[in-house]
Amino acid sequence: MELTEEEIKTAKETSQNILENYTCTDRGKIIPVLQNIQNELGYVPLPAMQTVSDHFELPAVDIYSIVTFYNQFRLIPPGKNQVKVCMGTACHMRGGQIILDSWERRLDIKCGETTEDREFSLERVACVGCCTLAPVVVMNEEIHGKVTPTRVDGLLYSYQLDKEQEEGEEQEQKAGEENE
Amino acid sequence: MNNETFQKIKQEALADWQALKEKTVIMVGTATCGRAVGAVEVMRAIDQELANQGVKDAVLMEVGCMGHCYAEPLVIIQKPGYPAICYGYVDEGTASVLVKEFIVGDDLCIEFALAATEPNDMFPTFEDFPRGMVEQKIVMENCGIIDPHNINHYIANGGYEALANAIEMTPEQVLQEIKNSGLRGRGGAGFPTGIKWETCQNIEDDVKYVICNADEGDPGAFMDRALLESNPHQMLEGLALAAFTVGASHGYIYIRAEYPLAVERVRMAIEQAKDKGLLGNSVLGSNFNLELEIFQGSGAFVCGEETALINSMQGYPGIPRHRPPFPAQAGLWNKPTVINNVKTLSYVSHIIKKGADWFKSIGTPENPGTAIFALAGKIINTGLTEVPMSTTLKQIVYDVGSGIEKSKKFKAVQIGGPSGGCIPESLLDTSIDFDSLSKIGAMMGSGGMVILDEDDCMVEIARFFLDFTQKESCGKCTFCRIGTKQMLDILERITKGEGVLEDIDYLGELAQNIKNGSLCNLGKTAPNPVLSTIRHFRDEYEAHVIEKRCPALMCKELTTFYILPEKCERSCDACIGSCPVECIYSNEDRIKVIDQEKCVKCNSCLDACPPQYDAVIKLSPVDMLKVKENVIDE
Repeated sequence: MELTEEEIKTAKETSQNILENYTCTDRGKIIPVLQNIQNELGYVPLPAMQTVSDHFELPAVDIYSIVTFYNQFRLIPPGKNQVKVCMGTACHMRGGQIILDSWERRLDIKCGETTEDREFSLERVACVGCCTLAPVVVMNEEIHGKVTPTRVDGLLYSYQLDKEQEEGEEQEQKAGEENE
Repeated sequence: MNNETFQKIKQEALADWQALKEKTVIMVGTATCGRAVGAVEVMRAIDQELANQGVKDAVLMEVGCMGHCYAEPLVIIQKPGYPAICYGYVDEGTASVLVKEFIVGDDLCIEFALAATEPNDMFPTFEDFPRGMVEQKIVMENCGIIDPHNINHYIANGGYEALANAIEMTPEQVLQEIKNSGLRGRGGAGFPTGIKWETCQNIEDDVKYVICNADEGDPGAFMDRALLESNPHQMLEGLALAAFTVGASHGYIYIRAEYPLAVERVRMAIEQAKDKGLLGNSVLGSNFNLELEIFQGSGAFVCGEETALINSMQGYPGIPRHRPPFPAQAGLWNKPTVINNVKTLSYVSHIIKKGADWFKSIGTPENPGTAIFALAGKIINTGLTEVPMSTTLKQIVYDVGSGIEKSKKFKAVQIGGPSGGCIPESLLDTSIDFDSLSKIGAMMGSGGMVILDEDDCMVEIARFFLDFTQKESCGKCTFCRIGTKQMLDILERITKGEGVLEDIDYLGELAQNIKNGSLCNLGKTAPNPVLSTIRHFRDEYEAHVIEKRCPALMCKELTTFYILPEKCERSCDACIGSCPVECIYSNEDRIKVIDQEKCVKCNSCLDACPPQYDAVIKLSPVDMLKVKENVIDE
């Protein structure tokens, strides 16, 4: 996935800002720095890793090896809507894989990817701790329990309705402004 | 002198607690499990209703997890003149009814009540349940009763007393007490905590570290999270005692980043303890100093291993290294370091307070104390439970968990997560302790327990856990990196019906090699789920390989869906509506038929078909379909 010019610029600036709080080049601080970058940007892109490696005076590949080793870090920008399918034991026993398949089918992406229009990203997560509600899908921090393949369609549809409504309102607003 | 300082703190806390006891208090369980089912909304509804009704003297309080996760969201109402009563399955509607009827009025709303939380002559308590007979709570005693945001609640219930006592003792005396108690590490392997501490204490060094390992990564285990969210101070006190014993002045809490609420509550707890002078410089006026810091893990299962955890804290990928030297000799930044699990540390303060003999009186001589399990899977009462060691698995499944849901047949218990094994019905009388479990090919692990019923395929379960460990293997040891991949490939072949009979023996052989050729416990235990399922459920493997049949009707490639024409109610379209890929159509008789080419085997039609018709069935092996269809042709 190619990053846009703007994304590269924000990535560099954000990591610079974060690194300003870390004067030391103590290696133990690398992971906290990367976590902060991920919190700000939602992912850790290559330009940000480059900035971090310059700061800690380490080869960029060392930073890359850390980012790719830990599951928490993502290398591609997340979608506007993040869909996380729980793959803990309880969810697995109640068909978590079927739900993941349904999302993959509907969004036409594989797990761990973001749609071309950056609207959705799909991830699998280890247990979110709601084993009684299995199978569980977390959509933008909101937890949906006892999900079925048709519920997946329902969630997508309700998202579409929201979006259409938003666009309708925007257009109305624009039209209103123009009238004035 | 120390005790005087502490007595003052304690008096203050007791006064605070007593004042609370005299008021009407509404407690809502807002640990992650409660939040997932809407505890925050319930709290908001209660707050709103209290305002509507003009109730001003009631206190709305957040508490942690009581372990009764099946009935979340839980609300406990304590009103003077009544026993404190716990209500289950509370939603916004029930919440406002409770406020109206019980807080304002005097109706207990027995219809929503689960149990009382204290003995009384009106209503049964949790102790009167079958599970109450089996359970014995030590570290979970205060969970769900005290506010994790308020240090006074912990102190009023006996908290930090052990630390205050210990400071007047010598580190050697504290160590002796822990050694006498026989406490074994609850992280999985069961290494004696006292010996770990002694090793570290005996080494002369200016700088030593203590680390609390809260990197709970097992899928299906959430005990550490619940303890940190419900009673963070209990762990902090244990960590402080560990630091005092070994002579460390710096400690870390390594929490997985996936537990944001636990991180927040522990951070808050550290601040409060510092304010009270229970942590930080010169604890309670003594010359013992302790600085605590949180380090957030980044989601790597292998970091539960001590040396990998240390590498991760030093800014490297979490790859284990050879032991010895043990971390207790040379750990973080090459300094002597004690690393203990959350549960282990939570026991420490109780042992110091009540003595080693008390601790030894619970459980068995080699395995003293209690064990905490997270029950999940096909069981009625999912949740957390704390039982004495030597309780049998049967008691946990049937007394604590109330048996299998939907009257299905019990098949196995998966214990110990990806490092553990599956225990069949014939071994249900095994008592739970470190030694008995490893004897039958399972492992205590950190305490995840998943109950499986007749609909669960054992080959698929083995594949699931191996898939997990294979992805989490750090890649250092060849056998773990490539061997688990090979095993996974074989298992995938078997679940697809492409396996051959030799595969089962190959799996056993590979498993042995992986165990021998791996450095850390991730690799050494990764084959356990496969080995134990082959040992106890070989017939299922053989059915997959020889007959191409999945006995539990779970493996997708080996099962197919079929609508029984004689049962199908022609005018009902429930299955058609439910199908996400539109593969069900009506034939000329308006009987529904599945287009097998398009079917993604998602179970939707099976769930959608109304129970009075029950026309959708699963068939295995796939060839059964031909048999069925031919019958109709004739």
